[in-house]
Amino acid sequence: MFTSIGKYMMGFFGEIGGCTEMLRSCMFWLWRSKFEWHQTAQQCVIIGVESLGVTALTSLFTGMVLALQAGNTIGNIFGDPIFVGTIVTFSLIRELGPVLTSVVVSGRAGAAVTAQIGTMAVTEQIDALYTLGTNPIRYLVIPRMCAFVFTLPILTLFSNLFGIIGGYLVSVYALNVPGEVYLTDITSYMGVSDFMHGFIKTFAFAFMIGTVCCYKGISTRGGAEGVGKSTTGAVVTTIVLILVLDYFLTAILTAFGI
Amino acid sequence: MIEIKHLQKSFGEKHVLKDVNLTIEKGKTTCILGGSGSGKSTLIKCLIGLLETTGGQILVDGRDITKIKSEMKLAAVRRRFGYLFQEGALFDSMTVGENVTFGLKYLTDVPEADYPKIIKEKLALVGLKEEVAKLNPSELSGGMKKRVSLARVLAVEPEVILYDEPTTGLDPIMSDIISDLIIDLKNKLGVTSVVITHDMHSAFKIADKIAFLYEGNMLLQGTPDEFRKTDNPYVKQFVAGSSKGPIQMKLMKE
Repeated sequence: MFTSIGKYMMGFFGEIGGCTEMLRSCMFWLWRSKFEWHQTAQQCVIIGVESLGVTALTSLFTGMVLALQAGNTIGNIFGDPIFVGTIVTFSLIRELGPVLTSVVVSGRAGAAVTAQIGTMAVTEQIDALYTLGTNPIRYLVIPRMCAFVFTLPILTLFSNLFGIIGGYLVSVYALNVPGEVYLTDITSYMGVSDFMHGFIKTFAFAFMIGTVCCYKGISTRGGAEGVGKSTTGAVVTTIVLILVLDYFLTAILTAFGI
Repeated sequence: MIEIKHLQKSFGEKHVLKDVNLTIEKGKTTCILGGSGSGKSTLIKCLIGLLETTGGQILVDGRDITKIKSEMKLAAVRRRFGYLFQEGALFDSMTVGENVTFGLKYLTDVPEADYPKIIKEKLALVGLKEEVAKLNPSELSGGMKKRVSLARVLAVEPEVILYDEPTTGLDPIMSDIISDLIIDLKNKLGVTSVVITHDMHSAFKIADKIAFLYEGNMLLQGTPDEFRKTDNPYVKQFVAGSSKGPIQMKLMKE
């Protein structure tokens, strides 16, 4: 049993060390070489633009179900579905928007990034990059990490918007709350700090997803099976870390009054 | 000239290269023979700095490249080498044309306007038509992939080309075409070639010098004629491609 624990810990710290080394290499190449604008723009489309549909749909229904649950519960207690707009928007902007968008992007784009880089690793395409004068960190990792950091906050903004629209539709058409009341509930009780609370989190999530998915890809060994294992590992790790990070970020941001 | 002196490479407890000594002459073709898993690929990956060595020296024109730790300086050394990967290692997200010109962007100052001309010229050099440039790697046969990969290597005009099993997985005719191509490139461009293979027919045809790698050591080095006439039982068995001999006996003992 102790051997298994030891092996697991060695593997865990090995991965932490690997990620740190990759980030150090990212910093080195970021300052020492020309930035890959074309690659980054291409990845922004794949990671950001192509994820818009699925994140919008997820948030729309999340907003709808939040409004339905909140409206019915409050209706049962107070007789009227009051503050539905506040509850929906507050939950979305501070928590569900950043977390759900990150989870969806991790499952969709993060998995694709790991699978693509992993396949390149097992088919010697990464070695080919070295032999053709290109460092894979510079050519593959930095553009993808930047694309995650550039697009995830924007995706979250859209996601929040669609969630609020979903809540509005349910409030107005299912709960019979007047539209003006729903909107006033949002504007009266939500502040800039609520918006910033969620927005800051998205940068941390994006950085973490980019780091884990790229590292898992670049460290892939062992053919098709290895690619499968890396991809699964990347998605599971990022989803767990999103939830863990979310707690700690919430505690820190709240302590700073954000 | 490249000199490999007492080269060692281990992966954990596994000692793949124990004491490799080899001299690679400029403008000549050196074939490195050896069975599967004998460390041939490891050796040429050490040669180009894709793998860090455990011990020994690799002297390129007198400079020990194993001592270079800076990624930038190592990239400058790699600039002199071209590497033909066993499965081609073409970038599958790019067309053939983009693959061929990929290295130009990072290794040379060639303006992009010249790329179409270079694509045509290099594809012709490996016996492919210009139209192939528009295809994706997934649309190519095994032999075409290797030739496109070779065109990609040639585009950056390296001084030394390392071939990792260039004829493996190809039919006998395509293998012979690739062998002819290696000879042509040596004669036309004067490149130094290091070919790792277990294809005896190809090795005897293209090599100026052959070296036999066995259990992490160079067992024999010499001309193709010396290899044909050798009394070394390991080399004799390998050249004959026989299942009976010391190599088989060794496997059975293990």
